[in-house]
Amino acid sequence: MSQPEPAGGIAADLRRPTGTPWAERLASVGPIVGLVLLCLVGAALNGDFATLDNALNVLTRTAFIGIIAVGMCFVIILGGIDLSVGSMAALIAGCVIMFINWAAGSGVSPLIAVAAGAGLAVLLGAVFGLAHGVLIAKGKIEPFIVTLGTLGIYRAYLTYFADGGALTLQNNLADLYAPAYYGSVLGVPIPVVAFLVVALIGAAILNKTAYGRHVQAIGSNETVARYAAVDVEGVKILTYMLLGVCVGIATLFYVPRLASASPTTGLLWELEAIAAVIVGGAALKGGQGSIIGTVVGAILLSVISNILNLTSLISVYLNAAVQGFVIIIVAFLQKGRR
Amino acid sequence: MTTQGRGLSVAFEGIVKRFGPVEVLHGVSFSLEPGRVYGLLGENGAGKSTLMKILAGYEQPSEGRLLVEAKPVAFSGSRDAEARGIVLIHQEFNLAEDLTIAGNIFLGHERRKGWFLDEAAMQQEAEAALAQVGLARAADTPVRRLIVAEKQLVEIAKALSRKARLLIMDEPTATLTPSEVARLFALIERMRADGVTIVYISHKLDEVERITDEVIVMRDGNLVGRAPTPSLTRHDMATMMVGREIADLFPEKVPFDEAATPVLKVDGFTVPGWAEGVSFAVRPGEILGFAGLVGAGRTELFEGILGLRPGTGDVAVAGRPVTLRRLQDATRHGLSYLSEDRKGKGLHVDFPLAPNLTLMALERYARPWLDHGAERQAMERAVEAFGIRAGSLSMRAASLSGGNQQKLALAKVLHPEPKVVVLDEPTRGVDVGAKREIYFLIQKLARQGLAVVVISSELIELIGLAHRVAVMRGGRLVATVAGADMTEVEMIAHATGTRDVAA
Repeated sequence: MSQPEPAGGIAADLRRPTGTPWAERLASVGPIVGLVLLCLVGAALNGDFATLDNALNVLTRTAFIGIIAVGMCFVIILGGIDLSVGSMAALIAGCVIMFINWAAGSGVSPLIAVAAGAGLAVLLGAVFGLAHGVLIAKGKIEPFIVTLGTLGIYRAYLTYFADGGALTLQNNLADLYAPAYYGSVLGVPIPVVAFLVVALIGAAILNKTAYGRHVQAIGSNETVARYAAVDVEGVKILTYMLLGVCVGIATLFYVPRLASASPTTGLLWELEAIAAVIVGGAALKGGQGSIIGTVVGAILLSVISNILNLTSLISVYLNAAVQGFVIIIVAFLQKGRR
Repeated sequence: MTTQGRGLSVAFEGIVKRFGPVEVLHGVSFSLEPGRVYGLLGENGAGKSTLMKILAGYEQPSEGRLLVEAKPVAFSGSRDAEARGIVLIHQEFNLAEDLTIAGNIFLGHERRKGWFLDEAAMQQEAEAALAQVGLARAADTPVRRLIVAEKQLVEIAKALSRKARLLIMDEPTATLTPSEVARLFALIERMRADGVTIVYISHKLDEVERITDEVIVMRDGNLVGRAPTPSLTRHDMATMMVGREIADLFPEKVPFDEAATPVLKVDGFTVPGWAEGVSFAVRPGEILGFAGLVGAGRTELFEGILGLRPGTGDVAVAGRPVTLRRLQDATRHGLSYLSEDRKGKGLHVDFPLAPNLTLMALERYARPWLDHGAERQAMERAVEAFGIRAGSLSMRAASLSGGNQQKLALAKVLHPEPKVVVLDEPTRGVDVGAKREIYFLIQKLARQGLAVVVISSELIELIGLAHRVAVMRGGRLVATVAGADMTEVEMIAHATGTRDVAA
């Protein structure tokens, strides 16, 4: 019989992996590194890229997708998905426009009509999210199916309300509402401020509340969460509502931009929002992801399209294709870490 | 018989295995002769599973050589190993739930007739393999419909159909009933007689004593000894594994106040399809055991009581009737449940340690924002109190050894400070050393006034730990034994329903 190695116990301690694996750290800084590199490329290709105006322009364009992506980040960490956000935004936009026009037309003060319309956007988002949550959590239907269904439903109703055309805000009301998109606080466009605020609140909820921990727990392993007395159904419903509210907030800043909603409003927003979350390092199977990553991911995607717009390197028509490639490449890189 | 050809002789020469910077095998050398049954022993994390994965082609050694029939081999995958007749039956099943038994047995080795599958031939061969392992199920039954013990038998049938010449079994009896174990052992005897080499990994030393010819012991990535089984006592084996003397496995029983109000009283509880009309009570400081065969409905009964599955009956906590519709209700009333399925239901293995610990009592740390510092302190206290050996507090639960995961799971369900805790198979897949620690922990909890229910398939454990043992059979509580009646023979008789016949 051979003798046991004297250092066995110490070796046993040493061989336990300590701390966060490097691959995971790479995943969390990866999007930031990517964004920085992309900005350097952009600056090298076109002198107009690295200007404050352009930066604010990119951020303003990012704001809608970014706000939705913050909510989407929760849903994806939960292990779910919402394919309907683009259609939902379009229908909310249409309803808000109809409501404001109607309210102002029935004698309510225009300012109150606009403010109530903005509130309605958030309320509608919450209601749609609640419907998703209840169908998914209580009805036990796959989120993919539920939101694929509502993707069609929402857009069809918008098209029906708009009679195939566009719903447009009356001019005087549009002017009144315009500052919500075109205004700025200390030089920062209001949608960017809203994006920042939503992201900060989102990060606080995800990392610093019991609810946020429960979202991660359910996404990581729903059965374990259930056996740990986590209110799985309640958390799921709340999370889809939270995304709905985010869509509502994004829409309330989007409406004044064009002051109209048509069947093409919000087209492919779901793709961009989901892409932002995934590029930001979240795992589509749930359990992990971060708000900072999502924010960086959203900005990264719009920087790509901005660079394409500013340079003639690749046709602008291939914008979505480039984004598609980015998503697939990022997913491939993620495969390595486990 | 499907096992043609002689068994294989195998030799490990200075096998070193590293995962990144972590070395789990430090140069292991030994050889195996054909036609013998080897018991491979070691605590969790000793490296036996890694070594066997190297033998079966799932892992490649970082250094050293593997010799089969005295010739060096380099397997690039399990298919290469299987081609040489080396088959590993995993501890965790590798079955496709939606395929049939036959489909699983022939997965990756489908019989063909031209371009099409030869279903009839596969069906027939599968039935033959099932008959050998003694599983009375049609080969076209979807695996999804089988219970765990049956899945284990399918895994063994699968290995048989691969014409194994060297068979590695990792904890094959963890889920089997005594009669199934007996059948498995008869099968092993037959395979040995046919010259098949068998490596038998188990924590159950009585089984190792019964079935193996020779015992090989590993500890901390090294071979620490080998000896013919008859020359060793179970005590010798345990001592070799742990590397120190095990004085006694169980703490002394501490009496409790038998006149006290039961902290949990259940009357006529029924879980449709699993348990019927079960009544019992536990008092503060009492350890109540639940014995029974796999499928007797013990786990399901408690899942029903705790609101994890539908059930009806009267439940009273500390004398007051309660309705527990969901586990949240049970937790609020001071009931806590440790699942038998550590990885599937007990722990978030992808999470670090502290979030696992605090998950059931998070509201204590949210004021309103989560206090990560307080969580970390709680984790440090739990590491101390439960003897969890972790390299770092920020590591994931997945990288803890089985025994330490179990201690973490135990700490987790006790974190809400329950009055009653139900521990389902608290030492499953845990090595001897950790078992002892868990037994002492349980006893300490009871001494502090907690009512403890222990569901276990290891009768020795219940005898050593519990004040009383309730025995279930086919969903009914058939007997409660205490004192001198708490013997293996008595409990098995109740559990199998052979008591009246024998009497």
